[in-house]
Amino acid sequence: MSQPLIDLVNISKSFDGTLVLDDLSLAVRENEFVTLLGPSGCGKTTTLRIIGGFETPDSGKVIFDGEEISKLPPNKRQLNTVFQKYALFTHMNIAENIAFGLKIKGKSKSYIHDKIKYALKLVGLQGYENRSVDSLSGGQQQRIAIARAIVNEPRVLLLDEPLGALDLKLRQDMQYELIRLKNELGITFIYVTHDQEEALTMSDTIVVMNQGYIQQMGTPEQIYNEPENAFVADFIGESNIVPGIMIRDELVEIFGARFACVDKGFGNNTPVDVVIRPEDIDLVDPSEGTLIGTCTHLIFKGVHYEMEVTTPDGFEWLVHSTDLCPVGKQVGIHVDPFDIQIMNKPASEDEEAIGVNE
Amino acid sequence: MSKKMLAAPYLLWMAGFIIIPLALIVYYGLTDKSGMFTLANVLSIARPEHAKALGLALGLSFVSTVICLLLAYPLAMMLRSRGVGRGSFIVFIFILPMWMNFLLRTLAWQTLLEKSGVINGILSALHLPTQNLINTPGAIVLGMVYNFLPFMVLPIYNVLCKIDDNTIDAAQDLGANFFQTLLRIWLPLSVPGIISGITMVFVPALTTFVISSLLGGSKILLIGNVIEQEFTHGSNWNQGSGLSLVLMIFILLSMALIAKYDQNGEGSTF
Repeated sequence: MSQPLIDLVNISKSFDGTLVLDDLSLAVRENEFVTLLGPSGCGKTTTLRIIGGFETPDSGKVIFDGEEISKLPPNKRQLNTVFQKYALFTHMNIAENIAFGLKIKGKSKSYIHDKIKYALKLVGLQGYENRSVDSLSGGQQQRIAIARAIVNEPRVLLLDEPLGALDLKLRQDMQYELIRLKNELGITFIYVTHDQEEALTMSDTIVVMNQGYIQQMGTPEQIYNEPENAFVADFIGESNIVPGIMIRDELVEIFGARFACVDKGFGNNTPVDVVIRPEDIDLVDPSEGTLIGTCTHLIFKGVHYEMEVTTPDGFEWLVHSTDLCPVGKQVGIHVDPFDIQIMNKPASEDEEAIGVNE
Repeated sequence: MSKKMLAAPYLLWMAGFIIIPLALIVYYGLTDKSGMFTLANVLSIARPEHAKALGLALGLSFVSTVICLLLAYPLAMMLRSRGVGRGSFIVFIFILPMWMNFLLRTLAWQTLLEKSGVINGILSALHLPTQNLINTPGAIVLGMVYNFLPFMVLPIYNVLCKIDDNTIDAAQDLGANFFQTLLRIWLPLSVPGIISGITMVFVPALTTFVISSLLGGSKILLIGNVIEQEFTHGSNWNQGSGLSLVLMIFILLSMALIAKYDQNGEGSTF
């Protein structure tokens, strides 16, 4: 593999004595769509601002294309940012906004003119040159913010929750728009969001962060199907996290019932955490279930029913299914081996704090 | 109906103490002592001593306004970057002198600047030649800047506080260095504050007669002093009113000029 385009090496940063990033290292390859995902206060925006040059790390290095840029001010970096609240210049019209970076670089008038036209076409807002910022909707303003950034032909585009202020439908449209843009432009995207669905939809790589640490890094499929710890499992999608005992390879005991699984290498009779996604639980006839419980809740969610099945030990299993099970009915719980995800229990309380506390 | 009645006290006040006096000034300004219509009072501005006083007043208030702006803008930027808590403490320190009487503050400068005043006392103690400080145009400008500076700082500080940090970050992100950001982002976005600051400094400076009589002695007459003398010493109300009308025209003209550069109309008082 070639050397990474951006390499964060052992970055630490604290504000007023509070540690926000602790010894964080992260490598981003050229042309990758990387998403930093986590709850608010997890350090994702700080990481982005350090890459953009708006914050200086207390320790550690930022390396861009093989050169250290830790101390370089934002205006000297070959990357551009799309800010959360668009941050358009309200005293300029749309064309002037887009031209800002090019004028600073002293590009020729005809070059700037062509670039504005090209950028507006790219974001689907042809003919908006002379409009004022205030006359645009939130989604349009966000497109202009993106256009303003990409005309500078940055090597990397940093996006700080750019869709956070938009409504659901528009947000989904813009997600596809961003994927298309990235493919057309062939530049690296680093995207910050707390919305797991957004992250799963768009990213090549997701970096799940919590309390200044990287919890897990991987493709959307890896993050969703093979969460490494309870925090990731809980944050990405909904999940049932239950204590279990790994009897031996490929066999786990949950609440006294034994489930076949596909995980190996955890040792014999080891306490573990088990993650089972609600959509992976099959409700079957009690006689066929590995565990037996009673349906205690039922909500219609549109695409599926959301049910809670309480087993005799008191655990409430969250189940998503298109088949309805009426409240009060006894059902059996069956899970296919490959739908069971085994995780190590946190070794210490400290590690637990890193993982699950929110 | 009842809500409209609430405005009645103010409307009465406005009629009694603003509209009627203004009408009286217009009446006095356009009549002679026998009550006949005349333009002589207004046209007397062309008399060399009057024209000179107006010119000087315009010049000194212009210089004071420019100095105030140059001092206030960096200060306001500094205050903004300090963050809310510490910034507002500095603002508090800054407006503290305004709680003291305006005359007292100006008299204090008189004591400092006098021939045998504090500053010259220090100079002679250091065996440096004493300076002729008081009764100069410089002393008047100093008095104006000292008294009116807070009126420039506060509106600019307010408008700067409304500028989103992200906007500044965005400009830097797009390659602008500090001066480019200042020129293309800070200044254009703070125009409303600058306009109201200029208005609040230039107008009182143009019409002042207290600062010029305390720090300028009797030698330097501004248009304000001339008008004051017509009313108090000369008892020529017609003459004084006529010159007041001219001064008003100049103020309206300068406001119109400023408003031309303030397309948004947010900051202007007119």
